[in-house]
Amino acid sequence: MTSIYERFRDLIRAEVPVALATLIEGPEVGAKLLVEESGSTLGGLGNEQLDRVVGRDSIAMLDAGMSEVRHYGPEGEARQHDLSVFIECHARRPHMVIFGAVDFTRALASQGKLLGFRVTVCDAREVFATRRRFPMADEVVVDWPDRLLERIGSDLGPRDAVCVLTHDAKFDVPAIVGALPTRVGYLGAMGSRQTHEKRIKRLIEEGVTIEQMERVRSPIGLDIGGRTPEETAVSIVAEIIAMRTGRNAPSLSEGQGSIH
Amino acid sequence: MNEIFEDIERWRAVDQRVAIARVVDIEGSGPRDPGAAMAVNSLGEVAGSVSGGCVEGAVVGEALELLEGRRKAGITSFGYSDDEAFAVGLTCGGTIHLFIEELDW
Repeated sequence: MTSIYERFRDLIRAEVPVALATLIEGPEVGAKLLVEESGSTLGGLGNEQLDRVVGRDSIAMLDAGMSEVRHYGPEGEARQHDLSVFIECHARRPHMVIFGAVDFTRALASQGKLLGFRVTVCDAREVFATRRRFPMADEVVVDWPDRLLERIGSDLGPRDAVCVLTHDAKFDVPAIVGALPTRVGYLGAMGSRQTHEKRIKRLIEEGVTIEQMERVRSPIGLDIGGRTPEETAVSIVAEIIAMRTGRNAPSLSEGQGSIH
Repeated sequence: MNEIFEDIERWRAVDQRVAIARVVDIEGSGPRDPGAAMAVNSLGEVAGSVSGGCVEGAVVGEALELLEGRRKAGITSFGYSDDEAFAVGLTCGGTIHLFIEELDW
């Protein structure tokens, strides 16, 4: 029979989301309950009611991708402190979708990988969107942005990022229009302030509202004076981090004047 | 956790006993988030880390005591180390709480 450890190890290695709850204070210190996203469990903490409550909490924490200690009564009662349970969550990797197979994309894909993202590069031009040019990406897709987003848009969530680097209204507009209805946490589009002004006009023609446009970070990235593809990539991932943590870092989209 | 499986597997393959220490909580400024893990085998070999190198030495001691039956599984905390020469702790001013147990599950 597979032990809890072996199941835990195999799921993590296969990148399947899993939570491991360990009783760290209470009568059976070390007791474990392994919880999968589907709700199926292995092991137990010594009480069925407690297992049910911890299972439910673990699934919610998996969605948020956080690990922490929770306190319960002997049968899983809330607001009691008889038991402490450490719930360790291994959520799926956040997803970074980059539209545009340009030089900036290579640097951003590498930065994304460094930060633990699953990286997809998408461009409709098959001469540019090749594995050879983007060996660091998990996936290189030759398709139009709106078609890719139609397929994967409902899977995008607050921990994910869409970066539009195409610099060409023909691709930018469908990418932004396709990303706006999703739950994606970060949506940024490359281009100077002038490019973005023109893009806004095109987007409004497509029926996008000014309020919706406020979600788009453009010019993309933090205002750190980056110039090269690599420096620009750092400014983009830094903006993604600052947005997640809610820190007040200066974004280019909130400033004025030249971006370099 | 993923980064320490390889070493754990090697140790288990030769029937080495293994202790695991995991960060379960931090107060104030701590170098690693809850979930950071380190494994120690009965020879004192180490995989992974739970801080920026500040408390790993002490954790090896606790892990060996556990494997030798001189302490039970449970929470061990490390706080701020002042200038007492032998104090073990975090220089960053925070407190970390670790859960240390044997990998027998």
